[in-house]
Amino acid sequence: MDVIGWLWLGLPLLAGAAYWLGQRQALALTDGGRVEIHSLPQHYGQLVLVWAALPPLLILFAWLVIGSTLVDAYTVAAVESSGLLTEGQSASAIVVDVHTGMAEIDGADASPAHGAAQAAIARARGMFGIALAALVAVAGGAGLAYARRRITPELRARNQVERILTAGLMACSIVAIVTTIGIVLSLFFEAIRFFELTSPIEFFFGTEWSPQTAMRSDQVGSSGRFGAVPVFAGTLLITSIAMSIAIPVGLMSAIYLAFYAGSATRIWVKPVLEIIAGIPTVVWGSFAALTLGPKIRGFGEVVGLDVASESALAAGIAMGVMIIPFVSSLSDDALNAVPRSLREGSLAMGATDSETIRRVILPAALPGIVGAFLLAISRAVGETMIVVMAAGLAANLTANPFAAVTTVTVQIVTLLVGDQEFDSAKTLAAFALGLTLFFVTLGLNLVALTVVRRYREQYE
Amino acid sequence: MSSDGAGRPERREEVEERADRRLRRRYASERAFRTAGLVAIAFSLSALGALLGSIVLDATGALTVHSVRLELDLDPAQLDPYGDRSPDSLASGNAAAVLRSGLASEFPEVTGRSEKRALGELLSVGASYDLLDRIVAEPELLGSRLEFRALLSDDADLALRGETEEGVDEADRKLSGAQQAWLASLSERGRIENHWNLRFLTTGDSRDPEIAGVQGAIRGSFLTLIVTLLLSFPLGVAAAIYLEEFAPRNRLTDLIEVNINNLAAVPSIVFGLLGLAVFLNVFGLPRSAPLVGGMVLGLMTLPTVIIAARAALSAVPPSIREAALGVGASPTQAVLHHVVPQALPGILTGTIIGMARALGETAPLLMIGMVAFIVDLPTGPTDPSTVLPVQIYLWAEAPERAFAARTAAAILVLLGFLVTMNSVAVWVRRRFESRV
Repeated sequence: MDVIGWLWLGLPLLAGAAYWLGQRQALALTDGGRVEIHSLPQHYGQLVLVWAALPPLLILFAWLVIGSTLVDAYTVAAVESSGLLTEGQSASAIVVDVHTGMAEIDGADASPAHGAAQAAIARARGMFGIALAALVAVAGGAGLAYARRRITPELRARNQVERILTAGLMACSIVAIVTTIGIVLSLFFEAIRFFELTSPIEFFFGTEWSPQTAMRSDQVGSSGRFGAVPVFAGTLLITSIAMSIAIPVGLMSAIYLAFYAGSATRIWVKPVLEIIAGIPTVVWGSFAALTLGPKIRGFGEVVGLDVASESALAAGIAMGVMIIPFVSSLSDDALNAVPRSLREGSLAMGATDSETIRRVILPAALPGIVGAFLLAISRAVGETMIVVMAAGLAANLTANPFAAVTTVTVQIVTLLVGDQEFDSAKTLAAFALGLTLFFVTLGLNLVALTVVRRYREQYE
Repeated sequence: MSSDGAGRPERREEVEERADRRLRRRYASERAFRTAGLVAIAFSLSALGALLGSIVLDATGALTVHSVRLELDLDPAQLDPYGDRSPDSLASGNAAAVLRSGLASEFPEVTGRSEKRALGELLSVGASYDLLDRIVAEPELLGSRLEFRALLSDDADLALRGETEEGVDEADRKLSGAQQAWLASLSERGRIENHWNLRFLTTGDSRDPEIAGVQGAIRGSFLTLIVTLLLSFPLGVAAAIYLEEFAPRNRLTDLIEVNINNLAAVPSIVFGLLGLAVFLNVFGLPRSAPLVGGMVLGLMTLPTVIIAARAALSAVPPSIREAALGVGASPTQAVLHHVVPQALPGILTGTIIGMARALGETAPLLMIGMVAFIVDLPTGPTDPSTVLPVQIYLWAEAPERAFAARTAAAILVLLGFLVTMNSVAVWVRRRFESRV
C-alpha cells in the first residue's frame, strides 16, 4: 500500500489519540472533583479530536479530488523534458496509455517514452505522497497542540462541539445542491463544446440523425448529422404508448382500490402492485426484448402487419406496465386527500358511487392527478433500460407504433458506451441530449411538484 | 316541465317508467365503471404474472446442464508435458486432446479428420478446465483410466433439451445431422447425464454460455453497494437530521429542499453522465470500477435516503424531544440521544429500500464503463467488474441462444436478492416500530 493509504489508515488512530488526550487533560483539570469544569470531559476530548483530525481529513479529501491531476501534470512535464518522445507521440496520450494499461505490451514498455512515463508516475506518487504525509502531520499536530492549549475549566467545549456538528450536518445537506450544480455544469460544458461543432439550430430542428462519424477525416460523411428531431419524436411516440397504458390502468386501479375494493382485497393487491414498481427496469427490458417483441411480431405476421422486430410498441407496453404502480400510488394519494365530506355529501344526494367519483372526487383531485401524470411522463421520458433493450437504434421520423424508433436515452447510451475518446462530436452529442433530457424532466418535475403542493395546501 | 304542466298532465306510469329507465342506465354505468377498475387491476396482475412466468420458464434451461460420462486414458505424455508432475506442468497439459480421444473411442466408426473434429465440438471447453483441475488436485491419477463427467457444449445441451433447429438451413445449423446422431446414440447408451448447473453460481462471465456464471457480477454488485451505502447513509442521515431538526426557515433551506425533491426525480442516466464527466474525466478515477459505480449510485440514492429519514424523524412524537429538553439536555443532545435512536428503524427501512433500488439500477453504470466483458472475479473496489443488472443486459443482448436461459436465471438471482432485502426492510419495520 502506498503512503496515501497509510495516511487514511492512520487518521482514525490520530482521532482516537486526540480524543483520549483531550479527555484526560480535562479530567486532570477537575483535580478529583474540586474544580468545576464547564462541560463533561468527553466534550473536551471531542473538541480536541475535531481540531486534530479535521484538517488532515480535509487535506486528504482535497488530494482525492486534485491528486491525479497533479500527478498527471508532473508526468506530462517530465516526459516532455526527457527527450524520449518520438515523432507523432504526445505526452498526454502516453499518460492515458499508462492509466489504461496500454503502456506495456507483453510485459515490455511500448516505447521508451512509455517507460519514462511509468517511472515518472511512480516518482510523482512517491514525492507527492511524502509531501502530503508531512503536510498531514504538521496540520494534525498543530491542531492537536492548539486545541490542547485552549483547554481550561471555563472553555465551553460542549457548545463548540455542537456548533461544529451542526455545521457538519449542514455541509452534508448542501451535497444535494452540489450534486445539482455538478450535473448542470458537467452537462453544460460538454454541450457547449458540442454546439461549437454543430449549431443548436441544426440540433433542435434538423431531421436527420446519423451520428456515426467515420474513422478517418477524409471518408464520406465524416462529419455525421446531428438533427435530433427524429430522436425527440421517437421518445414522444414511446412515451405516448406507455402513457396510454399507464394512465387509464393506473388511475382506474387507484379508484377501484380506494372506493370499491374491500379491505381484504386492498391488503394483498397493494403490495403486489408495489412488486411491479420494485422490479428492476432491466428485467422489464429483457421481457420486452426477448418475450414481448417476438410475440407482437408474430401477431403482426398473422394479421398481415409489417412489424419491426424492435418495435416502439413492445418498448412502450413494457414501460407502460412498469409505470402503472407509480401512477396508481400517486393518484391514490390525490384521491385520499379529497375531504370525506365532499364524498358523503354527494352520496347523500343520491348519486351513485361512480357518479360521485367522476363528478365530485375526480374534479376535486384533478390538480394532484395531473401532477401524478406529469411525474409519470417525466419518468417515462428518462427511462433507459427498457428502450435500450427493446427499441431500435434507427432514427426514423414516424408515428407508426409498429416501426422501430429510437429515443434520447437510447442514443446517449449508444454514443457513450465503449467509446473512450472524449472530444469527438459523437460523444459530445450525448451530453447535449443529456442536457435536453435533464431540463425537460426538470421542467415536468417542477411543474408537477408545484401543482401537487399547492393543491395539498388547499385542503389542509 | 312548465309546458307539460300547461298541456296534457303526464301520466304517473310514464314518469315512473322514465325514472326506472334512467335508474337502470345509471346502475349500468355504475357496473361498467366498477368493472373497468377490476379490469385495470387484473391487467396489472396478469402482466406481472406473465413476466414472472416467462422468467421462471426460461430459467429452467439454465438450472441444469448436460454432461457425458467418458472413460478417459489419462496419458502422462499429454497431461504432464514437462514430465515432472509439477503444478505448472500439470496445468499446461492438453486436456482437450485426452477428452476428444475419450469421446472418439465411443465411436470407433468415426475416422475422418473433419468428422473427428465435429465430434470433439460436442464437448465444452469447460470439460477441459474441469479435467485440468482434477489432475492438478490428484496427480496420482496420471496413467490410470478414469470415468469422467465431461460437460457438453451449449448447442449440444440445447439439442438434448429438445430445442430443434427446424426451419434453419442445414448449412446454418449449429449442430450437423451427424452430431445430432452421435448425441442420440450417446443418449441411448445412457451416457448423458442432466445435472445441477452449480457452476452458474460460482464462476464469472464467459463467452461460452454453458460455463458462464454470475459470481463475478454478484461480487461486483456487493462491492458497489458497499460504496453506495458508505456514501449515501451517513450523508443522507446527516442531511435529514439537519433539515428536520436544526435548519432555520430561510432561502437556503428552501433551495436545498427543492433540490432534493428534484434530484429524486432526475433520470438515473443523468447521474451516469455526471459520473462520466466528473469522476472519470476530471478526477481520473478508474473506469469499470465498483468504486465509481458506488459513488454514482450513492448520489442517486441520496435523495431517497434523505426523504425516508426525514419522514422517520418527523414521525417521532414531539413529547420525546420536549422531555429531553425539559430535563436539561441541549438541543443537539435531545436530537442525537433521543430522537434519532427512535427514528432509526424507519431510517434503516428507507435505506434498505434505497439500496434495493440501487442494486437493480443499470443505466448509470453503462455510462461509466461497467459494461465491459470481465471474466476475472473482482476482489476490491477498484478492480474492473460488472454488476448483476448489467450482466443481465449483456446476456440478453448476446446472440447465442443458450444465453436466453442464463439471462432469465440471472434475473431470478437478482430478484432473489431484492426480495431478501425488502423482506429485511419489512422485518425491521415490524420489529421495532411498536416501541414508541
